[in-house]
Amino acid sequence: MQTSQTTIDPNEVAKFEAMAAEWWDPNGKFKPLHMMNPCRLDYICGQIAAHYGRDLSRSLPFKGLRILDIGCGGGLLSEPMARLGADVVGADAAAGNLPVARIHAEQSGLTIDYRHTPAESLVEDGEKFDVVLNMEVIEHVADPLAFLTACKNLLRPNGLHLCSTINRNMKSFGMAIVGAEWIMRWLPKGTHEWDKFITPDELFDLLANAGLTPTNRSGFVFNPITWNWSISDQDLSVNYVTASVAPT
Amino acid sequence: MTKNSDIVIVGGGLNGPALALALALAGFTVTVIDALPVKIRKNAGFDGRGYALALASKRLLNAIGIWPRVAQNAQPMYEIKVSDGHAGLGVSPFFMHFDHSDGVDSSPHDPMGFMLEDRYLRGAFLAAMKEHPAITQISGQTVVAQTLDPQGISVTLASGKVLRANLLIGSDGRASGTATRAGIRRTGWNYGQTALVCAIDHAMPHNGIAHQFFMPAGPLAILPLPGNRSSIVWSETTANAAAIHALSDADYLAVLRPRFGDFLGEISLAGQRFTYPLDLTLANAFVGERLALIGDAAHGMHPIAGQGLNADLRDVAALAHVLTHARQRGEDIAAQLTLDRYQQWRRFDTQSLAMITDLSNKLFSNGNPLLRLGRDLGMRAINAMPPLRRGLMREAAGLRGDLPDLMRE
Repeated sequence: MQTSQTTIDPNEVAKFEAMAAEWWDPNGKFKPLHMMNPCRLDYICGQIAAHYGRDLSRSLPFKGLRILDIGCGGGLLSEPMARLGADVVGADAAAGNLPVARIHAEQSGLTIDYRHTPAESLVEDGEKFDVVLNMEVIEHVADPLAFLTACKNLLRPNGLHLCSTINRNMKSFGMAIVGAEWIMRWLPKGTHEWDKFITPDELFDLLANAGLTPTNRSGFVFNPITWNWSISDQDLSVNYVTASVAPT
Repeated sequence: MTKNSDIVIVGGGLNGPALALALALAGFTVTVIDALPVKIRKNAGFDGRGYALALASKRLLNAIGIWPRVAQNAQPMYEIKVSDGHAGLGVSPFFMHFDHSDGVDSSPHDPMGFMLEDRYLRGAFLAAMKEHPAITQISGQTVVAQTLDPQGISVTLASGKVLRANLLIGSDGRASGTATRAGIRRTGWNYGQTALVCAIDHAMPHNGIAHQFFMPAGPLAILPLPGNRSSIVWSETTANAAAIHALSDADYLAVLRPRFGDFLGEISLAGQRFTYPLDLTLANAFVGERLALIGDAAHGMHPIAGQGLNADLRDVAALAHVLTHARQRGEDIAAQLTLDRYQQWRRFDTQSLAMITDLSNKLFSNGNPLLRLGRDLGMRAINAMPPLRRGLMREAAGLRGDLPDLMRE
């Protein structure tokens, strides 16, 4: 791991290392991510396809696109991007996640460049991407503005930045912390710190201050009756996602 | 190890080809294996077998390019009359009447469904598969083994040829070898009833009206075919059915005639007579490792509500929906997580449908006078309440619940 200045909070990294082996168990600790993943992927694929004029019904629709998945974990998003033909770099600050991700990619017959590195080091190396994914990571970084600025610097001109996180209000406290961590035990207690959550307006401001132009915000909504996640234009009260574009 | 195609389907009857076409449309490469040679499957003459297709099924057939090939041979059903009959006594005054003008769908003039003969459907499927470059047909070959490996699944044919794919589909009927080889067991029970199936010519026109009479021994359905022809599905206790089936054509007609009266005029047999023992069989799982079951391989059910093929085509549409969406978002189509979505979607539907048909059969195939009075009043009540009647019609048309993409309009 490179020792440049990073935005990663060391306590956060240790927490995820402990959980790394469980990434690919759909009924394990990452069950909520596995349940949410189709919805996240629908949003990601739809935004990338629209931005770059790709047809998702064709084979390998993302061929020729270079995608960076920051906070790649076990590869839940990196693998689908690679399967769709993209050239994928998966970066994670938790060293324990990477062997899990590498082994799983190999088992799946996919080639993914997994790196144990913070976003800032990639900037120093002069790496550039067409798409940067920050899914469920910004609530875990110490300095969100510095992190988003690094992401912007990793994008090619007119590149696409996608960022999902959790809103900060009484409902998100109830759902994400009381519900998911305390009652359902979907996530280990202490996974989230509520005061690190960011509202959509705050995130739009942060994105703009980082030099990106926000173009869309949508909610990921969990239906407790059908246990399905869906994308909503209206309801950003708990989980939500933004799309932004880098300057041309 | 290379893969011959994305998906291998075992069973080339009706559901296998329907799924192959739906998947090929979504960009998958598919191989369909059938034990019978194409010549036999293609050269089916008129044999009296037909299917009642709900509107949702018609939509699926249209989406996969089959409907335009069979539309001219399909008989629209404009009305369905359900009544409590009693052999020799004619029809009870209490009945339910479903009319297409009640509006099952957005356009009130659509028929309630269609009758389509097996031979047209089979021929259309074979021709459509042959024309599609992404579909490979292997006919006259049985599968003798299937083997999982970390990144695929292979089937071995009797000829020794091995085919490898990402995912294997068992569409090989209620005695599914695909399910057995995967260690999937079945539960089921026998109704002690047998369906007698035949086609008749009749003197008077049927006007596109389907009839279902509930008789003490079991239901009798008269389903309109093109021309002055109808398909008859007639349930009897297994012992009675065997005795009736053994009769000469003339004696067979003599037994059949009084059961539905003379509203179609003089009747005669058209084509072969068939018998099907009525049992319910459910696979304990609809999916396994790199494996999914559709149609009778997943669930064989009592044909009382004419829902057999419709339920099968719903499997086809739901599985195609799940796999197509998984592919478009870059998921592993054969992952347990993906296949579980299909199982979750279809198991609840088919189990509840199986229970409802089972229950209504037990309720209706009963001579108990109190039960008879109860169901007569019930039918009259349903008939008197248009919203309830429309709800039942939408259910029968397959338009209720979570509709797969290929069944939407």
